[in-house]
Amino acid sequence: MPDLSGKIALVTGGTRGIGLATARALAEAGATVVLTGRDEERAKRAAAEAGAAAGLALDVTDAKAVSTLVRGVAKEHGALDIVVANAGIMEDALLGMIREELVETTLSTNVAGTLHTVQAAARAMMRKKTGAIVVLASIVGEHGSAGQTVYAASKAAVANIARSAAKELGRSGIRVNAVAPGVIETDLTAGLSEDAVAENVGKTPLGRLGRPEDVAKAIRFLVSDEASFVTGQVLGIDGGLVL
Amino acid sequence: MAEVAPKLREVFVEALDLGDGVDVENLKYRDIEAWDSVGHMALVAAIEDEFDVEFDTDQVIDMSSFKVAVDMVTELQSKNA
Repeated sequence: MPDLSGKIALVTGGTRGIGLATARALAEAGATVVLTGRDEERAKRAAAEAGAAAGLALDVTDAKAVSTLVRGVAKEHGALDIVVANAGIMEDALLGMIREELVETTLSTNVAGTLHTVQAAARAMMRKKTGAIVVLASIVGEHGSAGQTVYAASKAAVANIARSAAKELGRSGIRVNAVAPGVIETDLTAGLSEDAVAENVGKTPLGRLGRPEDVAKAIRFLVSDEASFVTGQVLGIDGGLVL
Repeated sequence: MAEVAPKLREVFVEALDLGDGVDVENLKYRDIEAWDSVGHMALVAAIEDEFDVEFDTDQVIDMSSFKVAVDMVTELQSKNA
C-alpha cells in the first residue's frame, strides 16, 4: 500500500459505507484522518472505528460551515494534503415521479456540497501548492440509469467538477480526480432485491458486487504520490459492469 | 487601515510573488498575471491565515483590489474584537 505518513486527510460523509472504508484505508496507510458526518456522535464513533484522529459534524450543503471546518482542520494540523469529498445522497424516482424537493436536496448535497468541499480544500491547499482531492462520481453518472435521473445528473455534475477543477488547479500542484463506483454493497444499495443483485452481478465481468474497500483502495491510490501525474480522471470502480 | 495596510502589503507580495516594481497599494484584481482567479485563492488563504479572519464567498469574489482588501480585513477585525 502507498505510504501516507505525515499526510493530513479529510473525508466527508465518513460515517459509513465508502466514506468509512476510505477513512480506514487512509489511516492504515499512515495518514492523520479527520472524517465528517451529519451527526456528531455518529462521526465520533466512526472515527474511533476507522482509526481516524477526529470525527466532526458537518452539513456539506452549508458553504460557510464547510469553509470553517476545512480551515480549522488545516490550522489545527498545520496542513491539509488530502480531501475526499464523499458526502452524498441517493434516492431513486422514475421520471414522472420526481418531486421538486428531491431535485433540490440531491443537487444541494451531491453537487453544491461537493463544490463547497473542493473550493474550501483548494483554498487550504493553495499555499503549499500541493494536494490531492477525490470526489465521488458514479457509474450511473457516466452512463445513466432508469429510475435514477436526478441522482445520475448530480453525479455527472460531480465528475465534471473533477475534470474542470483539475484544469484550474493543476498549475498550483493540486490534483483532482473522481472515482465512479458501480454497484457497491453499502446502505445505499441494501434495499436492492435478490433479483436486482443477481442481474447486476450477471452484468459484471468480475462476477460480484463491489465492496466499499474496493473503492477505498482506488481512492487511496489516487491521493498518493503513486498517482502524482494523474489528474482530471474519472476512474470506474465497477468490476467492468455495463449498464 | 494604517495598521492593516503594511502587513497586508507583505501578504500580497509573498502570496502573489510580487517584484519590487509593483505598486501594491494601487493593485487591482487581474492587473497582473499573478493575480488571476487561482492566484486570488492563494491570496485569500494567505490573508485569512495571517490575520486570522474568514471571508465568506461574496467577500472573496468582491475583493477586487488591495484597497478593498484592507477595508475588508479592517472590518472583520473590528467585528472579531
